[in-house]
Amino acid sequence: MDEHPAFLWRSPEPRRSYEVVIVGGGGHGLATAYYLAKNHGITDVAVIERGWLGGGNITRNTTIIRSNYLWDESAAIYEHSLKLWEGLETELEYDLLFSQRGVLNLAHTLQDVRDGKRRANANRLSGIDAEWLDPDGVAEACPIVDVSPDVRYPVLGATFQPRGGIARHENVAWAYARAADLAGVHLLQGCEVTGIEVQAGRAVAVETSRGRIAAGRIGIVAAGHSSLLAAMAGLRLPVQTHPLQALVSELYEDVLGTVVMSNAVHVYVSQAHKGELVMGAGIDAYNSYAQRGSFHVIEDQLAAALELFPIFSSARVLRTWAGIVDVCPDASPIVGPTPVAGLYLNCGWGTGGFKATPGSGWTFAWTIAYGAPHELNAPFSLDRFATGALIDEHGAAGVHH
Amino acid sequence: MLLVRCPWCGDRDEVEFSYGGQAQIAYPPDPAATSDEEWSQYLFVRDNPRGAFRERWVHTHGCRRWFELERDTR
Repeated sequence: MDEHPAFLWRSPEPRRSYEVVIVGGGGHGLATAYYLAKNHGITDVAVIERGWLGGGNITRNTTIIRSNYLWDESAAIYEHSLKLWEGLETELEYDLLFSQRGVLNLAHTLQDVRDGKRRANANRLSGIDAEWLDPDGVAEACPIVDVSPDVRYPVLGATFQPRGGIARHENVAWAYARAADLAGVHLLQGCEVTGIEVQAGRAVAVETSRGRIAAGRIGIVAAGHSSLLAAMAGLRLPVQTHPLQALVSELYEDVLGTVVMSNAVHVYVSQAHKGELVMGAGIDAYNSYAQRGSFHVIEDQLAAALELFPIFSSARVLRTWAGIVDVCPDASPIVGPTPVAGLYLNCGWGTGGFKATPGSGWTFAWTIAYGAPHELNAPFSLDRFATGALIDEHGAAGVHH
Repeated sequence: MLLVRCPWCGDRDEVEFSYGGQAQIAYPPDPAATSDEEWSQYLFVRDNPRGAFRERWVHTHGCRRWFELERDTR
């Protein structure tokens, strides 16, 4: 047997206080810690994780990366993220298997066609690569999609973002963790936050299963558990927690060279480097903190996949699983300060957080460093639900809510 | 798949039902006097507990009646 590889990060004993405490050791939390150190010189930072690093949604998603969102606010933050992705392997000195193989969003109805063209045009005005393909163009980009007109949901066209693609998600978590650790950040695993201490309207410490840890500033980056953590500081969030399921097939030869998504029949699929087909489903309708969903959701998802890709009829499912996702009413995230001084929130990425990992961490680090919203995350404030300035991305989210 | 207990039809598969979210959300009694913050709470903010949750379901493909139940979200 080969020698056990060197550990990528240390497991230090918690100090009694840090300048910044990040609650949540997933992709966004680790990225936040890394950019705090790299961009702002803040290295007295702890990332506190109840389980293990990268054990949540960062390694449960379907690894799709794109920035073709409808509204300017979303396009700006997701495109910032995509630009960071494009330099990330070099920056973190780690192979992320980042592959810009293009993302197709299929249209099956006249309304889909109108929405898709509108979105592609909006993207181009935002400087994002986007094209409209007719059915022949779809067949050229992805020969195994059934574009015949006589199926139940015929393919009438698609938007295509050539710079979109996939990356290997666990490598992303590990790369950020290693880089943060090298910069001096403490990564504290097996450490559950049980309370947030608020004095005179300011968050000053977290109570954890490994003792009280004082903090100058606290960032909650806890995905499906965000409501529970916010409640510890007396906040109620417009967030509901749902299971989101995905599956992989057994390994096959290369049959699918691009990412294909369909809102109408509801499936999104890519083929990982190893060869497994990776498919995502819609959320389970009910609230749940269990990392499992109902089987009929998987059944619907496979029915959709077979409709689009007849070749998949002989494929076999290897494994299904679920993550629990934090869904906002407008399918957009919440990133920024809260009514509690010193307490910052980064949540609500719902069904599409993986692609945003670098941009989310980059802008959230800025917000924590300066104590104020960044230009790119300012529209994603908590108070937009009272002002009415919602950013409705249900159409671009790709996942039925 | 969940087995959902309809008070009129008994235990049925989840696929017969649609989900209605948190139960007992009252419409603001005086809409004109309701502030933006209060509207926001009514429209967008719901409890999201890990544990017992009182919620609404409708037996869409059965008796089509709404009802409440309590479910453990863990």
